[in-house]
Amino acid sequence: MKTLLTLCLLTLAQPAMGNMNDLKDQLYDATGLDMVGFMETRYGLRTQNDPHQKDESIAEMRLQLDLFKDLQWGVLKFKGDLLHDEVMHRTTGEFRELNLRVSPLDNMDIKLGQQILTWGTGDMLFINDLFPKDWQSFFIGRDDEYLKAPANALKTSLFYDMANIDLVYTPTFQGSEYISGERLSFWNPVLGDLAGANGKFDLEERNSTGRDSEYAMRVSKNKDSMEFALYGYYGFWKTPEGMTGDGKLRYPRLSVYGGSIRTPLWGGISHMETGYYDSSQADNGNDPLTRNDEVRFLAGFEREIGQELTASIQYYLEWMMDYDNYEASLIPGSPPKDEYRSVLTLRLTKLLMNQNLILSFFGYYSPTDEDAYLRPKAQYKMTDSWLLEAGGNIFIGSEDHTFFGQFSKNTNVYMGLRFNY
Amino acid sequence: MRFILPCLCTLFYAATVCAAPDVAEIVQKANFASYYNGDDGSSLVEMVITDSQDRTRTRLFTILRKDESDGGNQSYYVYFKRPSDIRKTTFLVHKHIQSEDDRWLYLPGLDLLKRLAASDKRTSFMGSHFFYEDVSGRNISEDLHTLEEETAEYYILNNIPKKPDEVEFSAYTIWIDKTTYLPMKAEYLDKSGKGYRTMEVLNTAEIQGFTTVTKSKISDLNSGGSTITTFSEIKYNIGLDQSLFTERYLRRPPREARQ
Repeated sequence: MKTLLTLCLLTLAQPAMGNMNDLKDQLYDATGLDMVGFMETRYGLRTQNDPHQKDESIAEMRLQLDLFKDLQWGVLKFKGDLLHDEVMHRTTGEFRELNLRVSPLDNMDIKLGQQILTWGTGDMLFINDLFPKDWQSFFIGRDDEYLKAPANALKTSLFYDMANIDLVYTPTFQGSEYISGERLSFWNPVLGDLAGANGKFDLEERNSTGRDSEYAMRVSKNKDSMEFALYGYYGFWKTPEGMTGDGKLRYPRLSVYGGSIRTPLWGGISHMETGYYDSSQADNGNDPLTRNDEVRFLAGFEREIGQELTASIQYYLEWMMDYDNYEASLIPGSPPKDEYRSVLTLRLTKLLMNQNLILSFFGYYSPTDEDAYLRPKAQYKMTDSWLLEAGGNIFIGSEDHTFFGQFSKNTNVYMGLRFNY
Repeated sequence: MRFILPCLCTLFYAATVCAAPDVAEIVQKANFASYYNGDDGSSLVEMVITDSQDRTRTRLFTILRKDESDGGNQSYYVYFKRPSDIRKTTFLVHKHIQSEDDRWLYLPGLDLLKRLAASDKRTSFMGSHFFYEDVSGRNISEDLHTLEEETAEYYILNNIPKKPDEVEFSAYTIWIDKTTYLPMKAEYLDKSGKGYRTMEVLNTAEIQGFTTVTKSKISDLNSGGSTITTFSEIKYNIGLDQSLFTERYLRRPPREARQ
């Protein structure tokens, strides 16, 4: 009902927005403020009953405002969302970006404040990108933009002929939005069953500025069409991959060292990335409550396979270190994880009707976990301003405790309508 | 004898030039006139796309270009302004004459730098009837060119792709203005030899001594759709630094692009 109401409001708003470009130009001429944004409404339903959750997987209205101002000595960026969420019954504001960028030296950029950060070569798979994600948004069918969560950080970039260096300092740890049971059901290993809010764990917060800081670094170089990068991270697991003795979730310490290559190949683009996850608190696999060290690897290839049709495939591997110790220390009764978890992904994108209709599919399939997560989506740009979208988040798994299998009760379909101004 | 031979050659060469430049020269001059004016350049570009049912969409972007050498490698930088859902998206091409181009797309919402495959040069640029190749130029070595006819105004060239499997046309004819060397019209034939796509220059202007296309149109004769591209705020030899055409500036569009 609310959704319908929003739809009416949006439709009413359209004539007023008709001259939006002129208004924006006037605003820019008068104040130097560059403004864009959108209004949208989204609605989605679970396709099966989940005793722990509502039928509605998403029901919300969102207003985004994006402002940009060139101060001559720097640029100021603001991107904020106002969200009314009918599933959680709350209205919230979120700064996705509020930052200042300056270039104190010819070869130096500094970005300070709330920002979205991304690096690495994976497509919807992340090894050396340890910036915050929002998996919940991803799973309920929000726009892809919302997979990346903002972080309050200081990013310093240095550009040299030999290589470029990026340093990101996050004074206070910013974890990813993980699946806690509050809105999406998950496998609760203590209950040994699927759980919703009933199985939500308490969390040991990491919010001490200074002690809970994160440091990330990238050294990158482009040479002869090839992109090379080395990465380092010192901080914590971005999702609570550990548990305290008294049954609280916690973010254990984590250091990651890795590298990546991206290069044209066979008329397409190929990429490879690897990283070593050093989970020091796992005590070489002797602490059953903390995730072990891992070697992670991914390789992918993308190319056009037909008219306006692009395909990409990826292979991804998580290799648990100290597996013998893990097995030996495993709490009796809990289902053991495999030493190797591999995932294959496939992306297909087809553009139709002068690229105004976009049909896409992204699928994760794990042969080792025997589970899958499929993301079909259709987007239709009705005009330059209006976008209609429909899609699904389909989780398939033969067992309840595997990575994607645990979300099978959350399988949902959704629709969205957006007005860009 | 050693001295006479070069002299003879020079004479012979001069005589040919006076009669009519050879095809390779026309093609090269047309390439320079279309894509290599000045050492660099910038322009505000508006594309109005009309589909078969007369619905229109508008794209507005700034394009920056810098040449390594005339007829050689180039860099293109595109900063999208409209529609608003792609505002601030940036696109970079390193055009290589001897190898495949490198292309990157930066999506600011995700802070994501995507690498794009260069294989699909003959697909639509931003949903318009212009192909990527129409924007940054088709490599002149990819076709066999013959001078079909010479009128008072035009050199009319027929062009046949060397690798017909890689393109959707079987041949195209271009009308090159004899004074400016700008291609003023082109007609593309499909595999069955039927005309299916045309390019027409609707307007030109003299800018800093370079005759420049300010309005052109590409029509899809099969669907009935077309795109009209208008270039404004054209500037040449502005002294763009090569460093603008790197990842750094994809992530933080330079003032020259935001203008």
